[in-house]
Amino acid sequence: MMKTTEQAYNFAYLDEQTKRMIRRAILKAVAIPGYQVPFASREMPMPYGWGTGGVQVTAAVLGRRDILKVIDQGSDDTTNAVSIRQFFEKTAAVQTTDRTKDATLIQTRHRIPETPMKAGQIIVYQVPIPEPLRFLEPRETETRRMHAQEDYGLMHVKLYEDISRHGHIATTYAYPVRVNGRYVTDPSPTPKFDNPKMNNCPALQLFGAGREKRIYAIPPYTEVVSLDFEDHPFAIQQWDQDCALCGAGDTFLDEIITDDRGGRMFVCSDSDYCRERRDAGHEGDQAGANSGEAA
Amino acid sequence: MSIDEIPLLQAAGVTKAFGPVTGCFNVDLDLFPGEVLGIVGESGSGKSTLLRCLSGEHELQGGQVTYTLRTGERADVHAMSAPERRMLMRTDWAFVHQNPRDGLRMGVSAGGNVGERLMAVGNRHYGNIRGTAIDWLEKVEMSATRIDDMPETFSGGMQQRLQIARNLVTRPRLAFMDEPTGGLDVSVQARLLDLLRGLVSELGLACVIVTHDLAVARHLSHRLMVMKGGEVVETGLTDQVLDDPQHAYSQLLVSSILRA
Repeated sequence: MMKTTEQAYNFAYLDEQTKRMIRRAILKAVAIPGYQVPFASREMPMPYGWGTGGVQVTAAVLGRRDILKVIDQGSDDTTNAVSIRQFFEKTAAVQTTDRTKDATLIQTRHRIPETPMKAGQIIVYQVPIPEPLRFLEPRETETRRMHAQEDYGLMHVKLYEDISRHGHIATTYAYPVRVNGRYVTDPSPTPKFDNPKMNNCPALQLFGAGREKRIYAIPPYTEVVSLDFEDHPFAIQQWDQDCALCGAGDTFLDEIITDDRGGRMFVCSDSDYCRERRDAGHEGDQAGANSGEAA
Repeated sequence: MSIDEIPLLQAAGVTKAFGPVTGCFNVDLDLFPGEVLGIVGESGSGKSTLLRCLSGEHELQGGQVTYTLRTGERADVHAMSAPERRMLMRTDWAFVHQNPRDGLRMGVSAGGNVGERLMAVGNRHYGNIRGTAIDWLEKVEMSATRIDDMPETFSGGMQQRLQIARNLVTRPRLAFMDEPTGGLDVSVQARLLDLLRGLVSELGLACVIVTHDLAVARHLSHRLMVMKGGEVVETGLTDQVLDDPQHAYSQLLVSSILRA
């Protein structure tokens, strides 16, 4: 059943001219994988840092038959996810879901779903700082020149500093990747646990940074390599225990404090994946204790 | 012609103006492999401008700068593409600034500073990079225990030595130095000069050194160029120019030194 949009808004909030402008930027971004395309980012009815870039990209590619899923920190029911989902329900009247495999368009902050992405899906990332070289080189003119000339030694200097200070590469999120053997790109701010999922992903990956006015993309089936050293290879995070609710041992876990006496549990950060596993009969150590509301 | 007879760096008629202000005018020079050329003159005489013209940092209004690549091919520095020139800057050339803060990354440890060029040319083995960095810290008389310290915590003389290590780690063939000992006290200057002289002869490095300090020029350079108002007024062997200056300005410059 089609729901009606509030008449004051164009479909998906943005006017058609703005959408065309954003689509042009997206096309260019897809054509040059990993390259940051400047675009005329608009003011959105939410503060910077809440996903204004991601929302604009989503608005530009959203169609009436799309099924939208919004993730914040892996979860569908946190503030950011709820408000953006409601925003598109209100302005585009699209169908929404919290099931990864039903969604055609997924907007996310921080996580890539544990359920593998499929061909035909689009995942839109909300990006706060698109420039991987930013904290090493503050000048935008200089970082652009470095990208143009493939001058990426500095990126390894950062990893070198990590190892010399901590004994291992201590960068755990926004871990720099090289896309299609060319551009060094910031997958920010996803945990490095998700980096391998970006490699050869069948879905189209779009990145929007509203405040910084940049869009970049990783087309389907594109090589994405996490930077590392020969003697300090890239490795993802690992946990000592399995998910306390669904018993999964291969997912990204969140630590949840359960009382003020040191009680804690580790549960899947991807709430949809965790629920699906529990529905299928998988059980963790504390499955009965918290009846699924903890995540 | 053998390789030693081909100049490493050759400038012909180099001219640079900033609007109506002349930077340098019609400068010719030849620099041969392993040779140290001093450029002296008062402040504003165009020494640093000339250095930036030679290294391709400034566009020229006239003239040409030719550099002989490792392959033996001779390349016009200003006609090179930006990535090619940047690659030279990362490998075959060194640029030592007067203020070490301009040449160092102050937010990166000593080891990271020395290792940056190695990583820029594709070295991806942490252990090797660190080993080379330690070697170079020792070469410039710094303790290997300071490898993880920030440049901020070093004295001015140590920062300058760190900058030199960072530049020479890829064993360049040509170094541009802009007042490398300026701002250092006299005893530190003397040690740095000894160090530089040692490294220059060990690596067979050719240098263009800009300085206003004739003592530095006498100590380091084989040949001198005296500049005034953007033009070269006298060139010759160092002791020849300093002991028997011909041009009125050179005479003034030499006679202005206080004799202790």
